[in-house]
Amino acid sequence: MTSLILRTVARVSLHLTLLFSVFLLVSGHNAPGGGFIAGLVAAAALVLQALAFGVEHARRMVPVDETALAALGLLLAAGTGVAALVLGQPFLTSGLLHLDLPFWPEVKISSAFFFDLGVYLVVVGMVLQVIFGLREA
Amino acid sequence: MSSPLVFLPVLLPLLGGIVLWLARRSLGVGRWGSLALAAVTLGVEVALLGLVRARGVQVMFAGGWVPPFGITLVVDLTSAIMLVVSGIVGLCVLGHAVQTLDPDRERHGFYALYQFLFMGINGAFVTGDIFNLFVFFEVMLIASYALVSLGSEPGQLRGGVHYLVTNLVSSTLFVAAVGTLYGLAGTLNLADLAVKVARAPDPAVFTIPAAVFIVVFGVKSALFPLYFWLPASYPAAPLPVTAVFAGMLTKVGVYAVLRVFSLVFTHDPGYLHAALLVVAGFTMLLGVLGAVGYDNWKRILSVHIVSQVGYMIMGIGFLSVAGLAAAIFFIVHQILVKTALFLIAGLAERATGAYDLGEMGGLAGRYPVMASLFMVAGLSLAGVPPLSGFFGKFLLIRAGLAQGEVAVVAVAIVVSFFTLYSMMKIWRYAFWGEEKPAGLRPVPAALYLPAAALVAFSVVLGLGGEALLVLSQQAAAQLLDGTAYVMAVLGAR
Repeated sequence: MTSLILRTVARVSLHLTLLFSVFLLVSGHNAPGGGFIAGLVAAAALVLQALAFGVEHARRMVPVDETALAALGLLLAAGTGVAALVLGQPFLTSGLLHLDLPFWPEVKISSAFFFDLGVYLVVVGMVLQVIFGLREA
Repeated sequence: MSSPLVFLPVLLPLLGGIVLWLARRSLGVGRWGSLALAAVTLGVEVALLGLVRARGVQVMFAGGWVPPFGITLVVDLTSAIMLVVSGIVGLCVLGHAVQTLDPDRERHGFYALYQFLFMGINGAFVTGDIFNLFVFFEVMLIASYALVSLGSEPGQLRGGVHYLVTNLVSSTLFVAAVGTLYGLAGTLNLADLAVKVARAPDPAVFTIPAAVFIVVFGVKSALFPLYFWLPASYPAAPLPVTAVFAGMLTKVGVYAVLRVFSLVFTHDPGYLHAALLVVAGFTMLLGVLGAVGYDNWKRILSVHIVSQVGYMIMGIGFLSVAGLAAAIFFIVHQILVKTALFLIAGLAERATGAYDLGEMGGLAGRYPVMASLFMVAGLSLAGVPPLSGFFGKFLLIRAGLAQGEVAVVAVAIVVSFFTLYSMMKIWRYAFWGEEKPAGLRPVPAALYLPAAALVAFSVVLGLGGEALLVLSQQAAAQLLDGTAYVMAVLGAR
């Protein structure tokens, strides 16, 4: 599996794929995309590294335990819902924050984004856990 | 009445489960944290029951989306009763688990999985639409797949595969039925469905998804002829896992039948509910006959679950206030007593190191408390007065006779004798006779506590059954009428 072509492609595509996954995550609010598919793309980038350079190499690229990543993602997603409860709204009610930054067009951050970010982390964590586990077995 | 309390029985196990997962290497956090969490959840559930009794059906619309579009959570009396019972079982079984489980299983996330299991169970009780019923079933099942095979002993994996395959097939059917129903009614919100089915010009079409739901819930709650997976998989898991499965999981299936066939599919009782009665009769009879052949404590109890589920379905099949009230009473009694019997089996295992009745005997002499606990719980299961099992069965039989359903009532009475026979078999082999095996081990007093608490509930529900009876009659009236439920969900806009 460790052909020169695969290693070269893996090295070149890593950052592009990760960048693309962030694009999918952010654009997912109003356009095709979202946390789930972005998480899959990010995980695919790392799985390709595992195929080309071995699981140990790929593990080193993720500084935290994969299951902890998934758990944190779940906490973030659930926390978005709880935040609404704390503010006296029904669970998971979405809020919108307008930011006026200097020299920058208007930025809108929806609380659904943090939910999506949570989903993203859960997906990355779970896929890596499964694939790394299978490769090691 | 909108209340944020409605979502806490789901939210607390979710958040707690995440924290317990992150801290799974620390046994102290796992044991004490999960016990504290289970106690708080139980407290919330009791408060919720009080709230529903005082102010009527409680609802919450997730994200503020009004029904029938968003995710609706509804707690009526039936849901609230089920939540409280689930809280009691959750706390008691956990009390047993923290004392008996091997540290290896504990470190591999038992406590987190346990909380996720209860997130699914409680979610199924509070959900107000049938798709989220599916989702919470899956949450519960995924946690249970992991719990059943946690530890990876060969017997466990064999049982786990049975369990996994059967439930996956039934979940697929579940989605198919939900899809069909959506195609026919254009909604999956239970309250909205109840209105749509009642007003449909040709309600006969709804018999098709309804019949598929009987099959789906039949697998989940182990009804005839779909119970074959249960004796194969339940006894293989560690005792606390078997106990909580025996207590809660099949009853979530029964609850789904109760909810769907009293609120939504009441258009053709001559066919659907008559079918439920036939299924109930066979389930009771074949379940109890299956138990006669086994000599293993855990297996006998596991097969008995099937038989007892038949009684509950019988009550639902009557589709009357008396029948549904009896079914609710019986479900409460059954969850508590069945869990207690499994925990007592765990006590005997601690003493003898075995579940096979042939390998133990004469325990009554050295463990009088264990023997009396088993005696009370066993007699309650068989239905001997003045314990809760007697009143449960008495109410069911009276409801049946009032509606002239003599055949199924006759089966129920005969099955009670066989149940008594099974309990006496365990009693005779395990507690009477020569004391064996040679090296009996002491059982710590604290290990008695969870089982004793559950048995005490059975005694209290027997002697003071009036309170629960009144409550289940109110719950049944609310279920059958449906107006309060529909008004709480649809009238709140």
